[in-house]
Amino acid sequence: MAIDLKKTDVVIVGLGAVGGVAALPLVRAGLDVIGLEAGTWLSPRDFAPDELRNNFRGWPQSAQKANGEIPTHRPNASSPYSPRLPIHPMMNAVGGTSLHYWAQSWRLNPWDFKVVSEATRRYGAARIPKGSTVEDWPFGLEELEPYYDKVEYEVGISGQAGNVNGVIDKRGNIFEGPRGRDYPMPALAGSEFTERMGAAARKLGWHPFPGPAAVNSQYYDNRPGCLYHGFCNRGGCHIHAKNSTAVSTIPKALATGRFTVVTQAIVTSVAVDEGSGRVRGVVYLKGGEEYVQPADVVLLAGYTYENVRLLLLSKSKPFANGLANNGGQVGRHYITHHTGATLAALFPFDLNNWYGLPAQGVAVDNWADDNFDHSGLDFIGGGNLWVYSDRRPIGAASMSTFGEAPTWGSNWKAFIKENADRWNLAYLQKTTLPYEDNVLDLDPSMKDSLGFPVIRITADNKDNEKRLGAFIQDKMAQWFMEAGAIAVERGPMGTMGPSTHAYGGTRMGDNRETNVVDRYGFAHEVPNLGILGASVMGTSGAHNPTLTAQALAWRTAEHLTKNWKAIAN
Amino acid sequence: MPNEPDDGARRTVSRRHLFKQAAGAAVALSTTAPALVTAQPVAAPTPPAPSPQASRLEALETLTAAEADTLEAIVARLIPSDANGPGAAEARAAHYIDRALTGPLRGSRGAYAAGLAALDAYAQSTKGAAFVKLSAQDQDAVLTDLEKNVATGFAPNAATFFNLVRTHTIQGTFCDPYYGGNADFVGWDLIGYPGIRMVVTADEQRMTARPKPVRQSAYADATFTMKGGSHGHRP
Repeated sequence: MAIDLKKTDVVIVGLGAVGGVAALPLVRAGLDVIGLEAGTWLSPRDFAPDELRNNFRGWPQSAQKANGEIPTHRPNASSPYSPRLPIHPMMNAVGGTSLHYWAQSWRLNPWDFKVVSEATRRYGAARIPKGSTVEDWPFGLEELEPYYDKVEYEVGISGQAGNVNGVIDKRGNIFEGPRGRDYPMPALAGSEFTERMGAAARKLGWHPFPGPAAVNSQYYDNRPGCLYHGFCNRGGCHIHAKNSTAVSTIPKALATGRFTVVTQAIVTSVAVDEGSGRVRGVVYLKGGEEYVQPADVVLLAGYTYENVRLLLLSKSKPFANGLANNGGQVGRHYITHHTGATLAALFPFDLNNWYGLPAQGVAVDNWADDNFDHSGLDFIGGGNLWVYSDRRPIGAASMSTFGEAPTWGSNWKAFIKENADRWNLAYLQKTTLPYEDNVLDLDPSMKDSLGFPVIRITADNKDNEKRLGAFIQDKMAQWFMEAGAIAVERGPMGTMGPSTHAYGGTRMGDNRETNVVDRYGFAHEVPNLGILGASVMGTSGAHNPTLTAQALAWRTAEHLTKNWKAIAN
Repeated sequence: MPNEPDDGARRTVSRRHLFKQAAGAAVALSTTAPALVTAQPVAAPTPPAPSPQASRLEALETLTAAEADTLEAIVARLIPSDANGPGAAEARAAHYIDRALTGPLRGSRGAYAAGLAALDAYAQSTKGAAFVKLSAQDQDAVLTDLEKNVATGFAPNAATFFNLVRTHTIQGTFCDPYYGGNADFVGWDLIGYPGIRMVVTADEQRMTARPKPVRQSAYADATFTMKGGSHGHRP
């Protein structure tokens, strides 16, 4: 028998990057909030500088709930399944993947909100790829700017502004949309290598700048600045200089006394009142017991795959095909950031990339989004070029030999002895469009440890993205060669399996025929159900999604506080 | 924010393709990196008692003595001891693999049993003796046949087993020495990795900087160990 708990104002499912942010404006407005998290609290002692553990054995996600629900993947509906990933890309914990992510904290550029109208205006409607379901966002960057600002200050972001109220500062990203003020902290320090790359970009006439990071560049919010020791890549920070929600917004929310965190709570469905079609709370498992947590408003804040899965698993009389899915839009407009088509470079001198962090780098946005003329090109969109200092020994020794040496034996050993610190890899985030046949649904056979189906991804890169990938590889090769590289190697295009940058599935838009949530993040079909995370984003941009997902989460939460009576009834 | 759990076990791609992907494997976003670890929870390795003498002992935790001898011979050819210094045998990569096969790599235990037996059978049929008894030149010829996927008798194929052992040999040579490999820091010294520092200054990130090697496991720092354990234990 399920145990019925006392009703609360708001229940948040998942306390990661977005749930951990949304709690703060809610409790500050006086609402009582319960946060349900499948993982536990982790401490600085959990974050050892251990490459094998972090990067190869996938701790902690390999030991968690997440690993039972790794999505399956097939490139298209008639192709065989890809080998299943052995380790889930995301982790469970209070703070979620914001604990061990790379902490790059980008705003989207203005174009990302208006892909359809801007591409049509500049190049004609025929340039929108056939089969793409892309739409303009229901608002522009200016609507989201105040929320980016709130998150940058509450979470703590280091960076160099490039456009404050329309005044361009060439030290920052000259292509960024106007921001109301500077970042709360200066950018992380560059390394000599990233500065060398910056100088090479300037020689090419490009505009390099330090990337924004949710990492303290100096003492901020009672936590210390970064010590650049490395191990930030899939590792948490042992001194709390990385600004996960576990050390930033969640403690602030707890301090109000209105926020309750329940750990090791596995939500299995959202409960629906069959008469009204509104949600009335959630059902979760903890310690072998089943609980029902009633709430006036439910906010889903899992990762893209879990938001979609929970909706599809929550079937009821009014929603026979899954919650908020009478329009058949849950799982559609799925995107993963196109990060295949990498580019590796070999230099004739040591780079000393052994220390630093993946957010300590230099960016070029000249080839991102629509920052360049696509008139003579056969694609739309673009990529962010990003070079950073981050190297550990197993990864270093696993380097490509660039066709210069065998792959084992004495000659290989001599090659890596000389070159282990002489290469760099750019992974090149590129805009990716949604397509009719790139979708998420429930796998017909693969189940998690509780017996529930996992998500099945059916998705592959399309022509527009492949052409874009090759174009961006050329630009990156040009940049590395200008900085003194002697060889480059192109990575394969890859396909669209489970990713740390997964978008869509519960897209946001005014048109309820093609979108799951409205412009504020509440389900068109279920007025007291809000959805947080990159699953609401309709375009990817060429930059990491977390800050945008956090800004949207804050905006959804604020909208709820301002319209509490209308939404909560 | 790119992803990389990868021990390469399920790779069936060509070696060349593998290498092209190896660079990508360092990237947290690349999601094509298959690995070996199954969905089972990862058990923490259980090191032997912390006395310096005991920590040098190497039980055969799962491999048979014959399997271990063959594996030792393979890793010694993959990363040989030569003019550039000690190799995988001195790093105790085979010991790393034996221990890991009881824990995080246990999903590969069967592949080692079958692969090592197939290797010996192939060595016997093509060179007339068990792998450990062959000259270094003949051992290299056998391994080359595996790598090129022309050796017979392997399931699913020889290259898959070769890539599995190569991946684990690199792990065992360059990992934190806590895990039983990289003994005497021979892997880190080989590639000039200056070791784990908890604070890194701007000067230490200059391209010409050659920070003095810190020859210590991450777990020499008591911050990251079990509180009841022997702090400062050096494997």
